[in-house]
Amino acid sequence: MPQGRSPILELKEITKAFGGVEALRGVDFALYAGEIHGLVGENGAGKSTLMKIIAGVHPEFSGHFALDGRETRFRSARDAHSAGVAMVHQELSVAPDLSVAENVFLGTQPTNRFGLVQWRRMAREAGEQLARFGIDVDPMTRLGDLPIGLQQLIEIARVLFSGARIIILDEPTSALSPPEVERLFATLRRLRDEGTGIVFISHFIEDILRISDTVTVFRNGRKVHETEAAATSKAALIEAMIGKGREALEETYAHDITLPPRGDRPVVLKADALSLARSVQDVSFEVRAGEVLGIYGFMGCGQLELARVLFGKIKPDSGTVVIDDNRTAFRSTAAARRAGIAFVPESRRAMLFHQEPVYKNISISVLDRISALLLKPSRERSIAARQVEQLQIRPAAVELDLGMLSGGNQQKVALAKWLSYPPRVLVLCEPTRGMDVGAKNDVINIVRELSAKGLAIIVLSTEPETVLSLADRIIVMKRGAVVREFAGEVVSKDRLLEAA
Amino acid sequence: MASSEGVTATVHRGGQRSAAAILRSQMRNIAPFLTLICLSGFFAIASPSFATLDNLGNILTQVSVTGIIAVGLTFVILCAEIDLSIAAIANVTGIAVAYFTLQESYVNIANVPLPGWAAIMLSLALCALLGLVNALGLTVIGIPSFIMTLAMMQIAAGISALLVRGQIAYKVPDLVTTLGSGSIGGIPWIVIVAAVMLLAGHLVLTYTRFGRYVYMVGGNREAAEYSGLNVKLILGSVMVISAVCSGIAGMLGVAHFGSAQQNEFDTYLLDSIAAVVVGGTSLFGGRGGIGNTIVGLFVLGVLNNGLDHVNIDSFLKILIRGLILLAALVINVYAQRLRARAAE
Repeated sequence: MPQGRSPILELKEITKAFGGVEALRGVDFALYAGEIHGLVGENGAGKSTLMKIIAGVHPEFSGHFALDGRETRFRSARDAHSAGVAMVHQELSVAPDLSVAENVFLGTQPTNRFGLVQWRRMAREAGEQLARFGIDVDPMTRLGDLPIGLQQLIEIARVLFSGARIIILDEPTSALSPPEVERLFATLRRLRDEGTGIVFISHFIEDILRISDTVTVFRNGRKVHETEAAATSKAALIEAMIGKGREALEETYAHDITLPPRGDRPVVLKADALSLARSVQDVSFEVRAGEVLGIYGFMGCGQLELARVLFGKIKPDSGTVVIDDNRTAFRSTAAARRAGIAFVPESRRAMLFHQEPVYKNISISVLDRISALLLKPSRERSIAARQVEQLQIRPAAVELDLGMLSGGNQQKVALAKWLSYPPRVLVLCEPTRGMDVGAKNDVINIVRELSAKGLAIIVLSTEPETVLSLADRIIVMKRGAVVREFAGEVVSKDRLLEAA
Repeated sequence: MASSEGVTATVHRGGQRSAAAILRSQMRNIAPFLTLICLSGFFAIASPSFATLDNLGNILTQVSVTGIIAVGLTFVILCAEIDLSIAAIANVTGIAVAYFTLQESYVNIANVPLPGWAAIMLSLALCALLGLVNALGLTVIGIPSFIMTLAMMQIAAGISALLVRGQIAYKVPDLVTTLGSGSIGGIPWIVIVAAVMLLAGHLVLTYTRFGRYVYMVGGNREAAEYSGLNVKLILGSVMVISAVCSGIAGMLGVAHFGSAQQNEFDTYLLDSIAAVVVGGTSLFGGRGGIGNTIVGLFVLGVLNNGLDHVNIDSFLKILIRGLILLAALVINVYAQRLRARAAE
């Protein structure tokens, strides 16, 4: 924190609520010119909300907002942009069908006095800027033809070279390889030395510690800690992030959990050296009958792609999936289902038929077992009714359109469709995301019962709580690869975060 | 616990699900039916010759060829796809069946006369093959059905042109002649065939596993895939079904018109799509069915027939048909939105 200077950006007592839920509570934040300010905190801690307020994305909030010491309010992202504030959002937002040069100059193409785009000048300047950033590509290449990491670098380059005085980077390194991260950091340091104020948000605490001058920690919508990066450690930051003692919520899983020893039951599914472009790299693991395997990692670590490879939705570049000693590489989801794999994606919308009644949603995956040619609606209803009763789906009316059910009950229907004829392996992505405590507990109990019946279950989540509450064994993924396995040992939330 | 909250919330909502809400969710089915009643009422008052038993027979005969094509097209549109090659495939199949039949000596076509059953089988194989090409293009290569079937429309028209080379053929196998232009007990065979095919389509869509899959793939394709359905197989199947229905319509149509020539079926492309969509089957897939298509066929049939009974500029007829189609499309899209809102 450079002393004796006034900050270029100063926020005081910022409070922001979304529909009654407070995302930020009385947060103070200051950014100085020539400073890289790291932000850490769990998902939903309020980091991104604060940055979106600074970038003009959320114009409604209470508190004081001062730019260069003068009270200001941005009404839109455009406002913020013209005031010199630029942000790289977490999700890639590029135009894949345009050229690299067009993407670099998106919205600011150089034009001549007739309003026509100066293509040659644009290509030359884009090439120069990217070269300064260590990127050597033909500026006229279609952006979508480049690897994802390079696309992300080019998006970052667009913001870095936009001439903004304040630059916010939200999770910029999740898709980058180590050398690309190095290049990004070199450029950030140069911009800092030229006097730009930079905010850097990341789940990767090592990155935060390496690049930042100052680090701020958020928890539950509050700023809980601010320190110089040189004066802290990864362990101290993680402790501040998840909180201990009085402040801890009822189940934060901050305490230690001892995982059961590896079972001796037969292996049901074995993934062997699966690779998929840059998202999954040489991933191998096995799951035994009656075992719940947790796969944990940050957003973008490749677990969602891995789940889709297991269910035959995406074809891997290499590697195989072995079920009950039958070596397969599923060509379709139908083949995966026949082999005994069941899959519940992270989005209920992608799994359910909202305009169809509950019983059709439940019977869809087992129709070929109960009817050869003609449908047997009474059989479908009785199968559905049994599942509705077992999983306590409310209201217990199989004729109701699925869209009428609450989110938690829809999630149970998504599970129910696989359970009338239990599969060999159940793959669950983010099974409790966005649920209230009651529905969460219901789902946890269902999963435990299924595993007691001998199903092999794989739970993939970006929430440590979900994995810790369900898994018998945990593997941690980072940038597409397995980096750590916890089996038969003590594990806790901070150990998981440390590994990821 | 969350489950108990779910009960109260839904019961509450269930109570609010008043007559108006049900009416809104059924808009898709009610609107075309009202249109049909209004049109029939209008023409019955406007022309004394419209509301007669004879004229009902006329209308039925006039919509039969469209009806047979619309059976297959209903499957395609229920899957949220489209088939623009239906009329061209009908035409080429009709020409093919004549091509394989012995023609009178004055017909100047270098054709290949075969026994009647062989001509019919070969023609059916031809339309099935063209449908299979549509299916492979859509599912294996991944060409959008709109473009794939647009290309097929040209290919089928090209085959037609090569077979007849600008000439006209007249003879088709006896079975086809009977079904296309004969009648039994005063009822034209072509009406019976259309009715049987519509019924069969309805039974398949409502009572078979395949029919359920068609609705589910149309309702949410991603969810169908995540449920482990073979989505590509289902999409491919509906393209083949559509082509075969078009082929049958083409053969009977040629017998019905008494000649096989180029561009004979061109108007049936728009008519068939209009019948399915006017009837209320959703262009976004998953909603509608053969029942809707039958209502749509009658709306179109009454409109075409009725305009002949009232004294109206025959060129204006085309414009009126276009406007009615536009109105139906507006209702179709609007009904989708109402239904989505009712489900929320």
